Amino acid sequence: MVSSVLYAVAGILLLVSFIKDKNKTKKSIKVAWMSFEKLVPIVLAMMLFIGITLAVLNQSVITTLIGSESGVLGAIIALIIGSIVSLPSFVAFPLGGTLLKAGAGYMQVAALVSTIMAVGIVSFPAEIKYFNKDIAVKRIVLSFMICIVFTAVIGMVM
Amino acid sequence: MKLLKAYKWALLFLLIQITIFFINNKVGKNAFDITLSNLKEMLLLIPPIFIIMGLMDIWVPKETLIRYMGHGSGATGLLIGFVLGTIAAGPLYIAFPMGVLLLKKGAKLSNVIFFLGVWSSTKLPIVVFEAASLGVSFTLIHIAISIPLYLLMAFYIEKSVSKESISLIVANAD
Repeated sequence: MVSSVLYAVAGILLLVSFIKDKNKTKKSIKVAWMSFEKLVPIVLAMMLFIGITLAVLNQSVITTLIGSESGVLGAIIALIIGSIVSLPSFVAFPLGGTLLKAGAGYMQVAALVSTIMAVGIVSFPAEIKYFNKDIAVKRIVLSFMICIVFTAVIGMVM
Repeated sequence: MKLLKAYKWALLFLLIQITIFFINNKVGKNAFDITLSNLKEMLLLIPPIFIIMGLMDIWVPKETLIRYMGHGSGATGLLIGFVLGTIAAGPLYIAFPMGVLLLKKGAKLSNVIFFLGVWSSTKLPIVVFEAASLGVSFTLIHIAISIPLYLLMAFYIEKSVSKESISLIVANAD
């Protein structure tokens, strides 16, 4: 659903652009294609890596590690696992929901979902390439700390 | 050769998956299936975002972007960063080229970092979806904690990074 909205917006903008100026539209598509070409090898490598990780750590392993009885240690494990992989929010939320139903605790799911969306160690090399090491390290460390705060609050409240 | 260098990690992980398949058929096939379905999802998601990015790059003049997101743009710049971050979908690494594009066009670093922070935490279009999967209070706490803290992070990173290194990022982007 999210992607069909995005396609509609992109399509409309592209059409308007094409009507106003064909040349500029061509240039825009070239820019888009170049960014796409640059990102494909990164996405490919990351998806293969995440595939390996999720296949080796199947759901029963995950729920043993981060079940509601696993406490603070489980939350720490979830913070670490979540920091490595990187998934879009619309995959992360249902994954968290599934884990809750499978017996994981709220605190552990909060740790996992927030870090999956925000930290992204797999994309660290890409982040350095786009920005630089200084910014990438600071953003990752601070985002990780924000996820810890969020996890702690959920652990206390829920 | 250049192609091989770009795809070296993908090749390595592919080899690992093939090796796993020969050791344990089931796990190997599972890894391949997960990869394929995630990949399909991503490759479907990226084109419209990049088309919008390309159009923005060509059509939005630098002066306009500086006015709305550059130094002195104040709350407006943050608000635009917030809107861009919350409406787009996808994993964080899709936001990196977009962030660099904004920098290139003259946006303030704090606005770009805030954009990344919002992208990685607050998703207003699917807030109902989050609440349905994880509960209303979970969702509200997530948003209430994320936004002010990512704002602080944005200000801190802006302060701690030199102007020269930002111009270097912009120079590398072309």
